[in-house]
Amino acid sequence: MTETTEPHTLAEPHTLAEPHTLAEPHTLAEHHTQSFPQAARGALADTQLRRNLGHATHTIRAKRAAAVAEMGDWEELREAGRAIKERTLRHLDQYLVALELSVTRAGGTVHWARDGEECNRIVADLVAAHGVDQVVKAKSLTTEETRLNDALAARGIQALETDLAQLIIQLAEEEPSHILVPAIHKNRAEIRELFLRTLPEAPADLSDDPHALAEVARRHLRERFLSARVGISGANFAVAETGTIAVVESEGNARMCTTLPEVLITVMGIEKVIPTWQDLEVYLQVLPRSSTAERMNPYTSLWTGVRPGDGPQEFHLVLIDNGRTSVLADEIGRQALACIRCSACLNVCPVYERTGGHAYGSTYPGPIGAILTPMLVGVKNAPSLPYASSLCGACYEVCPVKINIPEVLVHLRGQVVSGQDSVKPEAVVMNLAARMFGSRLLYEFAQRLGRLAQRPFARGGLIRLRLPGPLSGWTDARDLPALPPESFREWWRGRDRE
Amino acid sequence: MLDTPVPPARVALFITCLGDTMFPDAGRAVVELLERLGTSVDFPQGQTCCGQMHFNTGYVSEAIPLVRRFVEAFGDSELVVSPSASCVAMVRDYYSRVAEVSGDQGLVDAVAELAPRVLELSELIVDRIGVVDVGAYFPHRVTYHPTCHGLRMLHLGDRPLRLLRAVRGIDLVELPGADECCGFGGTFAIKNSDTSVAMTTDKVRAILDTRAEVCTATDSSCLMNIAGSLSRQRTGVRTMHLAEILASSE
Repeated sequence: MTETTEPHTLAEPHTLAEPHTLAEPHTLAEHHTQSFPQAARGALADTQLRRNLGHATHTIRAKRAAAVAEMGDWEELREAGRAIKERTLRHLDQYLVALELSVTRAGGTVHWARDGEECNRIVADLVAAHGVDQVVKAKSLTTEETRLNDALAARGIQALETDLAQLIIQLAEEEPSHILVPAIHKNRAEIRELFLRTLPEAPADLSDDPHALAEVARRHLRERFLSARVGISGANFAVAETGTIAVVESEGNARMCTTLPEVLITVMGIEKVIPTWQDLEVYLQVLPRSSTAERMNPYTSLWTGVRPGDGPQEFHLVLIDNGRTSVLADEIGRQALACIRCSACLNVCPVYERTGGHAYGSTYPGPIGAILTPMLVGVKNAPSLPYASSLCGACYEVCPVKINIPEVLVHLRGQVVSGQDSVKPEAVVMNLAARMFGSRLLYEFAQRLGRLAQRPFARGGLIRLRLPGPLSGWTDARDLPALPPESFREWWRGRDRE
Repeated sequence: MLDTPVPPARVALFITCLGDTMFPDAGRAVVELLERLGTSVDFPQGQTCCGQMHFNTGYVSEAIPLVRRFVEAFGDSELVVSPSASCVAMVRDYYSRVAEVSGDQGLVDAVAELAPRVLELSELIVDRIGVVDVGAYFPHRVTYHPTCHGLRMLHLGDRPLRLLRAVRGIDLVELPGADECCGFGGTFAIKNSDTSVAMTTDKVRAILDTRAEVCTATDSSCLMNIAGSLSRQRTGVRTMHLAEILASSE
């Protein structure tokens, strides 16, 4: 679709007209119209964004640290969270079949979707079969990934987002910029203006008080909840042994979406399955503390198939691959499938904190997005993302399932390099540098050559020259020290002779 | 001095390519400091670069000969010390990976054998030599930036701070947001220069807020980044490697 549009303003989900977009399987890749450094440049210059994000990430960072510090067994919980996921992924085929059996036994129907297109078609067919043109949706990253709302719109079905932040994004016709808090880049004054512009329920004297804003959204949504016949949700976990789906949330809107309509459709990535009911004890402890810094999240909805007279009478579970099995095939990268979408890595990331989520041009921003997206869509389609990190390791430190994000980033950088079609100048430089470092003689010669070459530009211990090309990134904002007259090894040799 | 296991009589110094070429003062300070503490220093001349830049940028095959060279240069040394937390982290945490990619079992074994014997300077002084007061005198206002790889890969903890606190005359001030990355990240500073500069600017602001004269750290690379910004902005604040402060005396 909008190949030339910036990620910031991409989409207009509701007015999307070109049906050809729906034919592209990996719609996730469409965002990648700009490289990360290009998109970041715009975001870094957005002073309001910098302020909003800096404030929000620092606040949640401190709260998370406090919530985690309360737990004497945090490291054991992290290790358990990692180990359960590792075991599940090792036998994913078995657990998925077990899940299908359990869900079917409990009266649900399981659908398998190879990619986003197939998933969207299954969901749209199910909705159309019930003859409705409006559905209510709980927040779901997986359906963001497949761009389900666009696909439904193309079939004349309006999907109403009911998570407050997701609703804000939908009304603003923007893309989410955070896994947990999609509208983290907006402050309440901006949200007030948006509501005044888009919601008929908003009173003219609406204040920017969070309660007042939530109240307007609540009134807007309530009527739709009560009239919707089909609800769509994602899933945080699915228990293979019981067929139970778990959705964890703060607002209660997902509970409404999953209980009020007659028909419930849940879209879930295949990596969300966990073996047993008891495994939930680990994740229901680490997830809220890592994501919202709460000891326990306000709403945890658990449902198993259908039950006459109680909740939806028809339940569909759509299990979607969309690149996940290729991630699973990557021995180092597969750990990314353990992600429980808590967003702790985003909140602690010094890059995300400054660029925001849109710069990543992907459903999954931040450190986890920088590894997951290239693997889901192919590193060729997102080659700048593995480099969108200083490898500071803060993400790995907070990850509740111990995904070694820096390790995977470096691994994917290797794939970017080895997958290059043509020889890039960088590769030439790296190769020459490796040869130079590979020989003591060449290395020592290069040291002497460097001192000679800098002579016209070195004054007062600094290189008085703006470097050309990519190296200008250094000298644009930083001084570069000149090489000292004597290297360490020259000094050492002189000292040895004394 | 604390009670301690026998301090090592000799260590081999891995100066790092950056330390050798750009920051020999820090290297000289390491030698002076260790000799003062009774440990003699070897400098294997075959050493060049640990290969971190290549590995971290995705050029794994290019890093293989550098890993091999490191193993050849230091294989015979009982203990190796380096004034760079990130190069030590490369050796200890990622050399096994490079060796694995090489498919050379001999290299895998050699790395497994050598890597645990490679220490960062503050680890050597505090854990092996067993002192925190190295007899230094440095009458200046100093703030300490814990570098990411020292903090999160080597888990240096408060070792550098304990060494600094014992320095006579020092006015050591806490750096706000100390555990946040300075924005260097090797080739990140080039490839994502805008984001890098934004991070460095915030780090520099935090340093200026402390009103310190000197910012110190365990990595010359991060210090080069911070110093580049401090100098460009004519802040009048300088950077010094931890070793240079610890080597200072009355």
